[in-house]
Order: sequence, then structure tokens, then C-alpha cells
Amino acid sequence: MEYIIIIISAIFVNNIVLNKFLGICPFIGVSGRIETSIGMSGAVLFVMTIATLVTYLIQNYILEPFNIGFMQTITFILVIASLVQLVEIILKKVSPSLYQALGIFLPLITTNCAVLGVAIMAGQQELNLMESIVYAIANSIGFGLALVTFAGIREHLDLADVPGPMKGVPIAFVVAGLLAMAFMGFAGIV
Amino acid sequence: MDQLKNFTKGFIRENPVFALFLGLCPTLGVTTTAINGLGMGLATTFVLVMSNIVVSLIKNFIPDKVRIPSFIVIIASFVTIVELTMQAYIPSLFDALGLFIPLIVVNCLVLGRAEAFASKNNLLSSIVDGMGMGLGFSFALTLLGAVREILGSGSIFGFKFIEGDGMLIFILSPGAFIALGYLIVIVNKFKKGA
Repeated sequence: MEYIIIIISAIFVNNIVLNKFLGICPFIGVSGRIETSIGMSGAVLFVMTIATLVTYLIQNYILEPFNIGFMQTITFILVIASLVQLVEIILKKVSPSLYQALGIFLPLITTNCAVLGVAIMAGQQELNLMESIVYAIANSIGFGLALVTFAGIREHLDLADVPGPMKGVPIAFVVAGLLAMAFMGFAGIV
Repeated sequence: MDQLKNFTKGFIRENPVFALFLGLCPTLGVTTTAINGLGMGLATTFVLVMSNIVVSLIKNFIPDKVRIPSFIVIIASFVTIVELTMQAYIPSLFDALGLFIPLIVVNCLVLGRAEAFASKNNLLSSIVDGMGMGLGFSFALTLLGAVREILGSGSIFGFKFIEGDGMLIFILSPGAFIALGYLIVIVNKFKKGA
């Protein structure tokens, strides 16, 4: 498979948030302001890439040779949870400034289904190591694109006069629906 | 009477989807039909009740520092059970729900109830809480699935009652967001009135 197809498909056509419905919790939760959504996207990029790399190695060199594929769910989630902790500790030591920027978002990522979802999907599509990494990076860029765009819209939404029961989350969902509709325009280009 | 209140709180007042906004990924991802929504809801209910039972039984033996990883392992075990059982006995539903079955592990609703409720309460209340929350979640998913199925393909639980295609947009991804948005509006309105 060509890298460029993987990248365009993951960012635009099959956007992980707007088309595959993964990572909705942070999408709704931390999309209040552009700055926080950029921080969250950076943290996801970081963790998703490392997690996909590690789970790829585990899947191919531990689970499959020993024929224990049914342990996939348990292993992957434990690896991701401990990886998040590890990344947090290393980042704190090595790059305090990056830790300052991403720190508060890291614990939230364990329960971000996008990370586990991408790790599983990369396995299902039988990508090789390099393709899996590209796939993970492209998906996290797609996540970031959706999140930052949505945050931009929501900042303007704060100023709009929204009817009472629609305030807050409901109007955000309707806006997300319109955004998803816009992304449907990319359908069919790959 | 207390247990009854504990049970019913999940339906409207503390509904996981409409009020707490937990577990939104499967809510939006699988609800193209009412049947899929119900299947996903019941699978999640099973995991929720079983993990609540185990967590409330062993809560005193788990050191505080490693409680979250322990909860995740417990939940992941039950998810694997659901995954294998469903693959063996209802393969059509398994195919329809796809990726979202293993993703029950990271459904914040399940971990949230284990942490916030089962780790602090006794066995009976934890079971009742798991059932109530799970059924509230199933109710929300079935409702959203039914709305999308009626508008999108003119059928309900697979029974077609309108000729032709319906509004296709409700089967596609934008319809999921918009339908859920308006359902929350209706629930908000209803709550204020009650």
C-alpha cells in the first residue's frame, strides 16, 4: 500500500473522529479552546505513535508465535496504560517544557479509545511496521485536525445566542454533525 | 426503596449518555440500527455488572495505588469473554459491531462505575447500580438506533414500513451527531419539565 494513500485516507476520507467515531470523549471534552486542543492533539500524536509501534511488535513477536491472539484486548490496554505512565515519567525528566505543555493531557489518553482503536485497526489491515507507524501518525493528525477545527468553531459558538435547552453539549453535537458533513465531501478521493 | 432509586437513576436523571456524556464512541459508532444499539447496550451491561461484582468483592484486597490498572484488567477479561462468546454464537452482530466490542474496555462508563461506585459500595448495591446504568445505556443506544433507523432507512428493528431509502444522511456519520444532539435537547427539556 502506498504511504500517501494511507495518509490521505486516514486524515480526510476516513477521519478517525468524524467518520469512525473514535476519541469522541476528548473531542467533546477538551475542545473548548484552541490552545488546549492543540496540546491534546500533540499528546495523542506522541502516545498513539509509540503505542502502535509497541503493540505491533507484541502482536507479531509474542501473541502470534505463541498462538494467544485472544489475549489481544487485555495485553494492548495494559501496554497502553503503562506506556502512558512511562511517557509521563520520561517526559518529566527529559523535557520539562514539553511536559508542561502536554502533561495534564497524558493521563486522559489511557481512556481515549482512539489509541487502542488505531492499534487494533493497524493489525486488522495487516500493515507492516513502517505502514503501521505512518498509519498511526496520519490518524493522530486527522484527530488533531478535527479537534482544532472544532475548537475554533466552539470558540465562536460561545458568542452566539443559543436557545436554552441546546446550550453546551447538544449544540456542540449538531455542529460536529455539520463538520462531519463537510468531511464527507472528501469521500471517494482515494 | 433505596435500591429502587439506585436502579432507576440510570434511566433519565443520571443517564450515562444523555446526562453524563459517558461512552459516546460506541453510542455514535454502532447505532445505525436499533438492533445494533440494543446488542451493544446489552454487551456493555454484562461487562458492567460483572466488573462491578468483582470489583466490589475484591475492593479491600487491591492496594490503592494500583487500583486503576487492576480494574482495567478485570474489565478487559470480561470484554474478552463477551467478544469470544459473541463471535461464536451471534457472528452477524459481532460483524456489525466490529471494532467497538474490544473498545468496551476503554468505555469510560465501565471504568467510571467501577471507580466511583463499586469500589466504595457493597455487593448488592454494586449489582443494582451496574444493572441500572447498563440498562440506561442500552435504552439510550436503542433509542438513538431506532431514531436513526426510522429516519434513515424507514424501518424499525429490521421491519421495513416505508418503501425506498429514507434520509440516508441519518445512517451516515453526520446523522449520528445531529440525532444525538437533538435527543439530548429533548431529554433536557423533559428533565426541566419534570
